[in-house]
Amino acid sequence: MQRFIVLRILQGLLAVFVISLIVFALSRVAGDPLAAILDDEAGKEQIERLRQSWGLDKPLHVQYFTYMRRLLTGDLGVSFRWDRPVLELIAERLPATIQLSAFALVVTGIIAFPIGVLSAVKKDSWFDAGGKMFAILGQSAPTFAVGLILMWVFAVQLGWLPTSGKGGIKHIILPGFALGYYNVAAIMRLTRSSMLDVLDTEYVKLARIKGIPEWKIVWKHCFRNALIGPLTYFSLIFAILITGSVVIETVFAWPGLGLMVIEAINSKDHIVVQAVVMLFALLYVGINIITDITYAYVDPRIRYNQ
Amino acid sequence: MAVQTSAPPGGPAGAAAGVAAGTRGLSAGRIWSELRRLPVIPMFILVFLLVIPAIFADVLSPHDSTIGDLDRALEPPGWVRDRETSQVVVQRVRDKNPNEISINNARRNLNTGVANLVDANGNGEVDLGETVVRMEEGGSWEYPFGTDKQGRDVLSRMMHGARISLAVSCLAILLGGILGTGLGMIAAYRGGFLDAVLMRIVDIKLAFPSILLALTLVVAIGSGFSTVIIVIALLLWARYARVIRGEALAIRERDFIDRARVAGASNLRIMMKHIFPNVFNTVIVLATLEVGHVIILEATLSFLGAGIPRPNPAWGLMAADGREVITSSYWIFMFPCLAIVLTVLSMNLLGDWLRDRLDPKLRNV
Repeated sequence: MQRFIVLRILQGLLAVFVISLIVFALSRVAGDPLAAILDDEAGKEQIERLRQSWGLDKPLHVQYFTYMRRLLTGDLGVSFRWDRPVLELIAERLPATIQLSAFALVVTGIIAFPIGVLSAVKKDSWFDAGGKMFAILGQSAPTFAVGLILMWVFAVQLGWLPTSGKGGIKHIILPGFALGYYNVAAIMRLTRSSMLDVLDTEYVKLARIKGIPEWKIVWKHCFRNALIGPLTYFSLIFAILITGSVVIETVFAWPGLGLMVIEAINSKDHIVVQAVVMLFALLYVGINIITDITYAYVDPRIRYNQ
Repeated sequence: MAVQTSAPPGGPAGAAAGVAAGTRGLSAGRIWSELRRLPVIPMFILVFLLVIPAIFADVLSPHDSTIGDLDRALEPPGWVRDRETSQVVVQRVRDKNPNEISINNARRNLNTGVANLVDANGNGEVDLGETVVRMEEGGSWEYPFGTDKQGRDVLSRMMHGARISLAVSCLAILLGGILGTGLGMIAAYRGGFLDAVLMRIVDIKLAFPSILLALTLVVAIGSGFSTVIIVIALLLWARYARVIRGEALAIRERDFIDRARVAGASNLRIMMKHIFPNVFNTVIVLATLEVGHVIILEATLSFLGAGIPRPNPAWGLMAADGREVITSSYWIFMFPCLAIVLTVLSMNLLGDWLRDRLDPKLRNV
């Protein structure tokens, strides 16, 4: 087990290294980073001074190491759109994104598991067909379309909830559901198929023969075992949450990291974009490692295969 | 393209099926049963929503897609009739455009300042609690789906948008497919270090949230039509590479590859003439399964302002424009969104069907 954990962490570090290389390379492919912030009136001397102070006159690999050293010490640079340290900006915006994602996760859990289980128990019924429709629609609708349609129905037409912004509990409902929808669709189908597998096993038949009430069989004996399947997809859920939060925060003007990235892109603030992408990548790789280790813990076959 | 089968793709089972089909022949009944299994509704939707508008956008669209008539801005769709609405003023609202927005929004709690609430005739101040009657103008069939903020015809823009969606997805999939299939075949054929490195890259690539990579790329090379295609192709290739590598690995071990080598065929020739035809079905199935995904990606990138640049009529851009006026003019975001959902839904159904017909092994990809 220890060997597995160490291996997994090393792999994660490799991934982070590659991503940092890509992000760094892209920032240089873009051409002179100075061109984006300086206007034509800037004198040659001025440009040269800035270039030196940013270390842009040094060879590329030196620039990369400087960049990494700064990253590791928490110096993410200064945003020229907001004129503040990027770390400060991130610290300010991160809680909103976490709030929204956590809400979406809870929504996913509350909706996806019961519907998935019931779809499996009532296989081929109208309920199952409805669940399938719901899932297929979820995979065909872009997140922003889900967000806009929810906003139009519940905020504009019915007037029950606010259209955008951050505030009380009412503000988080629409973006939360819109962000969770795709995951609900995915997890629901996964739960259904793994429930179907479990319902077909011998020990469930034995439980039935013993006369254990059906609800107890379903929720106690089957559901727990059926959870292992969807668990492996946790890193996927997380990836969808990251992507979705960028979109949903833009739709609902939710002041989190996702909205900040888009604002930064629109004003060509490379430093902020790179920092947030690196942060998301780190988070993502971290969650991946934790998922794998948890899974190996739950299902011993995994760790011996590696 | 004719698939040269050095060996039937499905192995013995495929051969058996071929024989069975051969003995039954092409009777009318068989053709009918084949036709009945075609996903007719999805194909119908795709043809009328995506393909025909995309090809004939210039001929079919009633108006220009990028230049609008500012006098006719924000007109509702053709079927909306004139109607009087009465609303109680709950709160006064200050907005850049008081006349346009105030009464419409009075019902909702927008929460700033004092505004000049104007009654139906455009004069006078209205107090809190008063009922305001206003004439909401209907649309005309000149603009069947209404117009946007700049007076551009939504229908015409949707038709040209279909062209963009179709073009971007075809080109991106072609590019990503060639790159991924090529690398996958090379990795399988050469094996060793190259294979290991390529597959590691694929692992990392597949694991990373794709929109983020796309955003970084777009920031780096600037947004535009070709950037979007390149970005999406770079997002797509990894999946091809992995699947095709898997298939090619199995094919490499077959006898006919050895025989080709004995006959003196070059590596390139073996890959192109003997391996590629055998993975071609898989490539096609993957491509159809990807179209929906690519349309969503392109629309999302455009929606976020990192895709097709304005004033092009991409569906995602239209949705973004519609979001700004969602409280008053639903038709601007609604029709493009519905178009995306219907197209992607149909494409997914079609892809599933094609996969089951051509390559059921791909079920879990």
